Amino acid sequence: MSRTIKLKRGFDIRLEGTAQRQIAGAVDPGLFGVKPIDFPGLTPKLDIHPGDEVQAGIPLFHDKIHPEINFTSPVSGKVISVERGDRRKILEVVVEKNGNRSVEFGKSDPEMLTAVQIKEHLLRSGLWPSIRQRPYQIVANPSDEPKSIFISGFDTAPLAPDYNFIIENSPVSFFYTGIRTLTKLTGGKVNLVLNGNSTKNQILKSTPGIEISYFSGPHPAGNVGIHIHHLDALNKGEIVWIINLQDVISIGCLFEEGIYKPERIIALTGSEVIHPQYYKILSGGSVTPLVTGNVKPGNLRYISGNVLTGTKIDADGYLGFYDSQITVIPEGNYHEFFGWATPGVNKFSFSRTFLSSLAPKRTYRLDTNLHGGERAFVVTGQYEKVVPMDIFPMQLFKAILAEDIDMMENLGIYEVAEEDFALCEFICPSKTEIQSVIRKGLDLMRKEMS
Amino acid sequence: MNSLRKKLDKLKPQFSKGGRFEKLQSVFEGFESFMFVPDKVTFKGSHIRDPIDMKRTMTVVIIALVPALLFGCFNTGLQHFRSVGIDANLLQAFGFGFLRILPLIIVSYVVGLGIEFISAQMRGHEINEGYLVTGLLIPLIMPVDVPLWMLALAVAFSVILGKEVFGGSGMNIFNPALLARAFLFFSYPRWMTGDTVWTEGLTAGKNVIDGFSGATPLSLSAAGNASDLPSFMEMFIGTIPGSVGETSAIAILIGAAILIITGVGSWKVMLSVLAGGLGMGLLFNAISANSYMELPFYYHFVMGGFAFGAVFMATDPVSGAQTEKGKWIYGFLIGVLSILLRVVNPAYPEGVMLAILLMNLFAPLIDYFVVQSNIKKRLKRANVVLNTSEQ
Repeated sequence: MSRTIKLKRGFDIRLEGTAQRQIAGAVDPGLFGVKPIDFPGLTPKLDIHPGDEVQAGIPLFHDKIHPEINFTSPVSGKVISVERGDRRKILEVVVEKNGNRSVEFGKSDPEMLTAVQIKEHLLRSGLWPSIRQRPYQIVANPSDEPKSIFISGFDTAPLAPDYNFIIENSPVSFFYTGIRTLTKLTGGKVNLVLNGNSTKNQILKSTPGIEISYFSGPHPAGNVGIHIHHLDALNKGEIVWIINLQDVISIGCLFEEGIYKPERIIALTGSEVIHPQYYKILSGGSVTPLVTGNVKPGNLRYISGNVLTGTKIDADGYLGFYDSQITVIPEGNYHEFFGWATPGVNKFSFSRTFLSSLAPKRTYRLDTNLHGGERAFVVTGQYEKVVPMDIFPMQLFKAILAEDIDMMENLGIYEVAEEDFALCEFICPSKTEIQSVIRKGLDLMRKEMS
Repeated sequence: MNSLRKKLDKLKPQFSKGGRFEKLQSVFEGFESFMFVPDKVTFKGSHIRDPIDMKRTMTVVIIALVPALLFGCFNTGLQHFRSVGIDANLLQAFGFGFLRILPLIIVSYVVGLGIEFISAQMRGHEINEGYLVTGLLIPLIMPVDVPLWMLALAVAFSVILGKEVFGGSGMNIFNPALLARAFLFFSYPRWMTGDTVWTEGLTAGKNVIDGFSGATPLSLSAAGNASDLPSFMEMFIGTIPGSVGETSAIAILIGAAILIITGVGSWKVMLSVLAGGLGMGLLFNAISANSYMELPFYYHFVMGGFAFGAVFMATDPVSGAQTEKGKWIYGFLIGVLSILLRVVNPAYPEGVMLAILLMNLFAPLIDYFVVQSNIKKRLKRANVVLNTSEQ
């Protein structure tokens, strides 16, 4: 019996530049980057040197604490650089593509393998990091057994790709094989949550061996954290694993074809993109061929992911490990004369203090300006309106700022990740860096518990 | 605009650290960000941000206060001309009141913002916008005849001891505007109560015509002279003696509409204050032990500071309850206490101020219980899982 949950709280940010439902012709990025900074809490140890020849599936670096977790090259070619930031922190390992050689991991039927064998397969190939855990939203620990696994079958973030469209253009047998693999990793349920608002996709709906639920409502209705909270809430000491839908396909590919091929369909979106549409690209691919000649002039912000939770990248940056979307919006580094006092016909706001709130259907071209200075918390009752969970957001933020571990635990820090509060950050009139605060709290908690 | 921007950019280094006027950095920044929204961009987290900021939020409250302020100007003039027996037209009355109220506003802003500027500079913070609202609220809840030095003293007291010692805007326990009024109420009661302070010139007793008392509806009721009360309609419109901005229920309702439509003020608090007042009023009507208790319950809503307190004071998010469930309880108790203090305690004819200050004190306790119930629910869920797994 599938459950349907209707959410009222939340907010849809209406931006210009939705991707057209078509996949562009072949693009060959040439350069690929794997970024340790995509994995919070990871201390990477390099396995290669610049100049080394690698094949798809060869480890580039591994986790210092769990050395069995490998992060592998998505393509064959030559490692051309290891970019470092402050204190020699590794930012990205760049591979120049050359040929199509892959490490052979061997074809196998996941039904015939034990959980340990499946884990070993995933760890060696570099697909393991696609499985993350809650609490903390970090790469899962291979020695755990989660109480359940969650896959979100839709994304409600601004300009998010349409997963129904993606699955229609993906190898369905890989997806089903990936699902069968995951069911071996937990004694509990594998949950697939679908969009209750849109037409029901036959492929996703008829996925065998899985618990299907429907969520409807504004963003963040598609966030997996919201699904877990309502379907199988996390208590202290419990673990739930989460995985993106397209990574399930890659897992299926690993077992059916025996190779690591993290291919995904991504949406190129945003008001500054001339032809927003879908592309087929390997994880870590450079965005250069997508955006060259395809963006409007001006000072632009390139984001891997969506505008709420994505990572800022350069115009020649790389697609993030967990991302299925590239967004390009204008930068906002200008002074606005009495900007706070304008009637605000072109200003999109959650509050009803701008005239734009009289046009409930319009889409907007928004930039990266902060629109104000940082202040103390003053306004109350706003965050609650965009967090569809039985959690007190402001009280949780304050507990984290005060580093009150007991209070953080009591207020439900195990159930949340920064993405679930991204809208709080957007609407905050005090311009607080809420997602950073949540990440700080999760890191603190993890240290305390280890 | 561009030339202004260029001038500011040229001046900026002098006000930055190491510059000639580095001690005025906060002030410079305050004025700069007032004229130009800063060019700061996001660098992590959400890449786009809502255009609303503290300036916009506070501006909405100020706009919501404007009807009460304008009516206050008119009514100050009206009461004055009535007291001296002159028939003045609307414009004359308004002009007279405006000239009397303007100094109050100026003193309130100059003293309050001055202290804000200094403390922002000392802390190295940007200047907070909170006082822009407080600075207008204070004159609106004063009797028009309050001496300016007294007003300045009250402002200094409430900003320093009510707000800055706790860490500035957003950290205060009590509503700063009400604290200023309470300070004067207890320090200089002669200037804050009685029949003469509400009408300009009446304290000095010049040229008052016979039969003009200047007593507010509240003091009339407290003295048991309910029969002398102005009509309900008169009190609803607001042509009665009282604090500058509190008399007109209509003007306050317009302000309430602005706050509710924009979402800046909490309708939950306003509604629950009304509900609390209604409940208490009906209860007193049922008891009817004296003439004040017999006063029809709906009179309470248009008398004294009840409407003003419900719309502009109880809704202060910083000093009020911060949880949504807590707001219902908080507002309801304010309503109950306001009428209770008014009717039962003749020493304090105006109960609203004390009721809100008292509930400011209890707001964290209310929130504590609301948050605890959420915590208990979570613990219970965890224990259920624990017990079933042990069996």
